Amino acid sequence: MKEGFRQAMAWLHTWAGLIFGWLLFAIFLTGTLSYFKDEISHWMQPEVQARPLDDARSLTVAQTYLQQVAPTAARWFITLPDSRDPGLSVMWQDKVDPGKRGNFIQKTLDPVTGQAVQARESMGGEFFYRFHFQLQMPHPWGRWLSTIAAMVMFIALITGIITHKKIFKDFFTFRPRKGQRSWLDGHNAVGVLVLPFHLMITYSSLVIFMSMVMPAPILASYGNDTRAFFSEVFPNTNNAPASGQPGTLLPLVPMYEQARAQWAGGHVGRVAVNNPGDMNASVNVLRAGSDSVVHDFGSTVSFNGSTGELLRVSGGQSLPAAIGGSFYGLHMGHFAGPVLRWLYFICGLAGTAMIGTGLVIWLGKRQLKHLKSNVMPFELRLVEVLNIASMSGLMIAIAAFFWANRLLPVTFAERSGWEVQTFFIAWGLSLLHAILRRGRQGWVEQLSVGALLFIAIPLLNALTTSHHLGVSLATGDWAMAGFDLTSLASGIFLGWAAWKMQHRTVPAPKVERTRGLTLKQEAN
Amino acid sequence: MKSKTSLPVSYRLAVTSRVLAAVVGGYLMASLASICLALWLPTSRADAVITGMMSSFVFYLLAVLWCFACRSAARAWFGVLLPSAAFATLAGVGLWMTRV
Repeated sequence: MKEGFRQAMAWLHTWAGLIFGWLLFAIFLTGTLSYFKDEISHWMQPEVQARPLDDARSLTVAQTYLQQVAPTAARWFITLPDSRDPGLSVMWQDKVDPGKRGNFIQKTLDPVTGQAVQARESMGGEFFYRFHFQLQMPHPWGRWLSTIAAMVMFIALITGIITHKKIFKDFFTFRPRKGQRSWLDGHNAVGVLVLPFHLMITYSSLVIFMSMVMPAPILASYGNDTRAFFSEVFPNTNNAPASGQPGTLLPLVPMYEQARAQWAGGHVGRVAVNNPGDMNASVNVLRAGSDSVVHDFGSTVSFNGSTGELLRVSGGQSLPAAIGGSFYGLHMGHFAGPVLRWLYFICGLAGTAMIGTGLVIWLGKRQLKHLKSNVMPFELRLVEVLNIASMSGLMIAIAAFFWANRLLPVTFAERSGWEVQTFFIAWGLSLLHAILRRGRQGWVEQLSVGALLFIAIPLLNALTTSHHLGVSLATGDWAMAGFDLTSLASGIFLGWAAWKMQHRTVPAPKVERTRGLTLKQEAN
Repeated sequence: MKSKTSLPVSYRLAVTSRVLAAVVGGYLMASLASICLALWLPTSRADAVITGMMSSFVFYLLAVLWCFACRSAARAWFGVLLPSAAFATLAGVGLWMTRV
């Protein structure tokens, strides 16, 4: 490494980007889909009916249900329906001996009838959301791996900026149909265009898991009493322990109303009840994340559950907590309305495209040298296989997940699990296919299959449910219609990509080679 | 720095050493820097800890950049361990002061 600073940074950018590129591509794409988590869930569980929002009724319904089903639970969580997520979600935690965490059980209720919703079992958009930071691994390894990937992404972004000296000039240069050069221009354009988004989303993902990956300062300041830190930062976790004497929980609605009055009409996202059947029951009313950009975990009004006495109203956030909360809030985008949500989605796609083009460039540059011999060294072939499987293969896997949702019978045992299995089976098969087929054919075939699967989704929806585009557009069910239309658009895009791949064979290798030379000179 | 098959072993070892300096040494330095912030910042204890954790990733980034920008693997280690030692001393003094 005797070259200059910029070359050294380019080297780091190249290799860090390559090794984590495939994983980052999957994290970015599934994370992007998570911005429409609720809309995807709505499509995947069309049986869940949207009811007019009425928080008081929902809360009463949930309390009655939990009172019957889980009167002795350690904790209840009631998540109220909102305009995006029509289901009333109740969750409770079994009471077990202290020191051990009980299991969580979650049910979605109909906010009018109070019965558990009879919908097909499906993880819906939650699957993509969970996958993008847990990677289907046991706790906490997936979170660690995705946070490590985020750190590598951060390094790749900064080294990319350093490498890319003429950041604004180059942004306005896009040279289409120039092979390798166009890929690089595209990589730079999507990189620079949404650079603030990339930096925000990457750094915030580190901040979200900072107490897990960087526990040193907590240990240094609090010693072994790390709980003290969390109860200082999140005062609502500091609740009175159960007294052991049975008590009666008062109705939650008046507490809900008092909390809203405290927030000048702000919205309630969640209600948590600790020890509901105990004298010392406590009720925490938590503010909805959609109320502000700066997320405040502690924004809580606490009550004594059996007397109704207001115990605590959380104060404002300190500056560092507000900065952390802004990172969290910006990453999640709970506050975003439809337009901003689409902007998030597009920025996420741009990030995904930046990673994808980077991987293509890495291989393209090195393939040029082997055009004549027609034999690729093992490592280049490996990168090619992984490129195909991680990009077009992931598209197929996502489409297969949606297909499974419509084709698996509603009564099928372990249905939701099988949807997830289908996702991974399809992904595995596309890896196998990429190994068996030569590069370009592999790309064309997988992109075509992906295109067909996505284009057919509106049709599949029309054949298997009564929520086809004609109905959803007519009734103004924009989430349902938007899903179908986005699938159609994705399918058309994949088809276009497949067509481009197929017809890229036209330029003679000779031209390609001279281009490679000039590219090398430019790169050096 | 191109991936030629004829790269000498010494080069590969040097790169491995730099990677270790960046990943392990960098994490050590970032942790110690965040401990210093947590102990020395004149804000409340919880806020100082949050600030320390939040900014630790910038320290990590700088350490990694240094490890690959400097001239040799030995310098990479030196450049990461020297600030680590400084932060460790500062943190030690800070801890001693809180205990006394």
